[in-house]
Amino acid sequence: MCGIISVIDRSKTGMDGSRIKHALSLMDERGSGEGAGYAAYGIYPDYADYYALHLFFNNLVEPKDKVDEILKTWGEIEYEEEIPTIEQPDLRRTHIPWRYFFKPDCTLMPGSTTPEEDIITMLVMKINTSVQGALVYSSGKNIGVFKASGWPETVADFYQIEQYEGYIWLAHNRYPTNTSGWWGGAHPFNLLDWSVIHNGEITSYGTNRRYIESYGYTCTMFTDTEVVAYLCDLLGRKHGLPEELMVRAFAPPFWDEIDRMKEADCSLNTAIRLTYGSALMNGPFAIVVATADGIVGFTDRIKLRPLVAAEAGDRLYISSEEAAIRRMEPDLDRVWMPKAGEPVIGKVKV
Amino acid sequence: MSIGSIPIKFKVRIDPARCMLCERCIENCPYGTYRREGETIVVDSRNCVACHRCVAMCPRDAISIEEKPIDYRSHPLWSREAREAIYNQARTGRIVLAGMGNATDLPNIFDRLLLDACQVTNPSIDPLREPMELRTYLGKKPRKLEIKQGKDGDIELETTLSPNLKLNIPIMIGHMSYGAISLNAQLSMARAVSDLGTFMGTGEGGLHPSLREYQNNMIVQVASGRFGVDIDYLERGAAIEIKIGQGAKPGIGGHLPGEKVGPEVSQTRMIPERSDAISPAPHHDIYSIEDLKQLVHSLKEATEWKKPVFVKIAAVHNVAAIASGIARSSADAVVVDGFRGGTGAAPRVFRDHVGIPIEAAIAAVDQKLRSQGIRNEISVIASGGIRDAADVTKAIALGADAIYIGTAALIAMGCRVCGTCYRGLCPWGIATQDTRLTQRLDPDLEWQHVANLIRGWTLEISELMGAAGINSIESLRGNRDRLRGYMLDEAMMNVLDVKPVGA
Ligand code: SF4
Ligand code: SF4
Repeated sequence: MCGIISVIDRSKTGMDGSRIKHALSLMDERGSGEGAGYAAYGIYPDYADYYALHLFFNNLVEPKDKVDEILKTWGEIEYEEEIPTIEQPDLRRTHIPWRYFFKPDCTLMPGSTTPEEDIITMLVMKINTSVQGALVYSSGKNIGVFKASGWPETVADFYQIEQYEGYIWLAHNRYPTNTSGWWGGAHPFNLLDWSVIHNGEITSYGTNRRYIESYGYTCTMFTDTEVVAYLCDLLGRKHGLPEELMVRAFAPPFWDEIDRMKEADCSLNTAIRLTYGSALMNGPFAIVVATADGIVGFTDRIKLRPLVAAEAGDRLYISSEEAAIRRMEPDLDRVWMPKAGEPVIGKVKV
Repeated sequence: MSIGSIPIKFKVRIDPARCMLCERCIENCPYGTYRREGETIVVDSRNCVACHRCVAMCPRDAISIEEKPIDYRSHPLWSREAREAIYNQARTGRIVLAGMGNATDLPNIFDRLLLDACQVTNPSIDPLREPMELRTYLGKKPRKLEIKQGKDGDIELETTLSPNLKLNIPIMIGHMSYGAISLNAQLSMARAVSDLGTFMGTGEGGLHPSLREYQNNMIVQVASGRFGVDIDYLERGAAIEIKIGQGAKPGIGGHLPGEKVGPEVSQTRMIPERSDAISPAPHHDIYSIEDLKQLVHSLKEATEWKKPVFVKIAAVHNVAAIASGIARSSADAVVVDGFRGGTGAAPRVFRDHVGIPIEAAIAAVDQKLRSQGIRNEISVIASGGIRDAADVTKAIALGADAIYIGTAALIAMGCRVCGTCYRGLCPWGIATQDTRLTQRLDPDLEWQHVANLIRGWTLEISELMGAAGINSIESLRGNRDRLRGYMLDEAMMNVLDVKPVGA
């Protein structure tokens, strides 16, 4: 089941995490108390030029030494600390959340047009596959993911998310099916700039995973949401597709509709389906993807999971439930139900 | 000492209480099993090949056929087949020929792979209520799309797509040549594929003029004998397939005996009447992968780069590396033919012992192409021993884009897999050129049987996909997570990249 909610302030005005905590808690019915998480953009203005690497360590001895060594080989650690938390009675602390502010050394990746991102992607894959007891779960600039096993309000209080101010927030309340109780399995998933929250199950996971792995990504978190983040990175960043087309590749129109389109549209959509057939996502899902530039929400091609959108001034909300949005903002200008596969896009004003 | 006669393979009995002496069995058996003597039908069981034509035609269900009525002393090593092959060769000193596909009882991998379905956590999709997309494109796909965004936000596509074949369903009929099978059999299949919106192969026998009305759904073949190939032939096909090898007999050529080369076959193949049509083992202009590339280019050049070019190989040990070489030759699809593939006639030692199963070959080819980042360069077509919708679904889940059937289409037209195609007397009018026999096969009727079969499979595949929560074939392709191995060893599961049941 799972509940999702997301908000963007298009004028980039900061919002603290208290409202989204209440909104997510309203959807407790959609979770099981085994996983919740938040992602916020714009929370580290003092370190805006550094990659904020959030990690779970099982202990601070072997895994951390190894991670330190890897990071020092590939760049420079500007600052690091344990992520501040407050013990909660109903949250069992199984990992130590840690953050590094890191700058990769671009000269170490000659021949790449995006050396910083490529180094970070490589480091995430390397640490997650080779260092026992360490998991990078957030790796963007000026972004942070905060997640754990617990109810939404517990996880929010554990990380004190009301202390952070972001212009984009993503939140997710989990009813785990495939990887229960594991902190790494909670949403949001993040890679670089991309964060993803997801309600549902991707039945095409095997196809999507084989596709994305042939481009050098390695799926390490045993869950289908992870591939969404990697697919966004591949299609959105590396292949440079605008959001609409990226979503079109993930949840394309049916051939019957494409056949009826005007010639230019027909050939564009045919080309998307031929080129990105293996990136098509099947199964019931509602997904919100965020980057520093904005958020995109969409559902599967036959809308087997709920998704509702609303606007109030500069703020755009996307959620599983209208009630959750109203908890954040009772006075909405517009509320609507997007059609199956149709993206809802909220971009920051430039 | 003489070896003497070996035991008969089949014992035919007629129940005199039921027989009405209509003589249909006599008329229908081209092998001379029956004759009439007075008020009885006399049977010579030794002539019987168990093609079941008589059984199917007898109005009184009077005929029964028993397999292997006389046992040898049983022995696990010295099987009946082993002993009989020795008697045969002791007498003739020749290669033993056999028909149809691999006849050894090696385990079938498809049967040990199980499909998935949704329960609770996600809904299955009802194909009667929701669209279910099986449309498949065969050919090169771009690695990425280049687009240009205009000032007004308009999106313009800059990538030009290579020619692709559009299939309504990912099931095609493989290459069986005119000569090997009758024109009526080809006509029936051609009409079926054009009705369904899919394709069939001409085989290495040219394109008979009466098939031209279906040419938009025909893939023309260029094999080592180059029979029937000229520019007109190439231009008529929807795609061109270079045949390097075939699963039933990897590494060796083909031989159509002169008796089958009548006036029509002779014209279509462009060879003299009654001459043996011999396809050499290798193409004598392809001794390495660069030569293949040149042939692919020449064929594309000749047809102005408008048609996809396929390359068919037998599934051999190194199939993945070979396919990766083919992917770099500018070919648009590679056809991988597994060791269970059928044939009119093959040396028994090849049919039963050379090559590997299609399941493992597809898994290895798909994996190799992906690891080299060139899976989009080429489509993968699986063939060889595909029997039903489940086999098709599993082949696609292992990574194939589409499949070819062969024997299954013949069975839809009556073939009983008797394995005596090489004698040219097929009682069902399929593997024969004898007009008395070919007229038994009525294309106006049989095309519907072939079409029905594929339509039935299509419905079943849609149901299987819907049950797995998938509504487009792209999401099934290479989706090995939806397969589980049952009673497969660990090494095999690693090759297939599937988990065991319960995992
Ligand atoms: S076809 Fe049947 S009924 Fe007719 S002669 Fe033969 S056995 Fe008798
Ligand atoms: S095609 Fe004819 S001869 Fe060949 S196996 Fe089938 S029935 Fe027998």
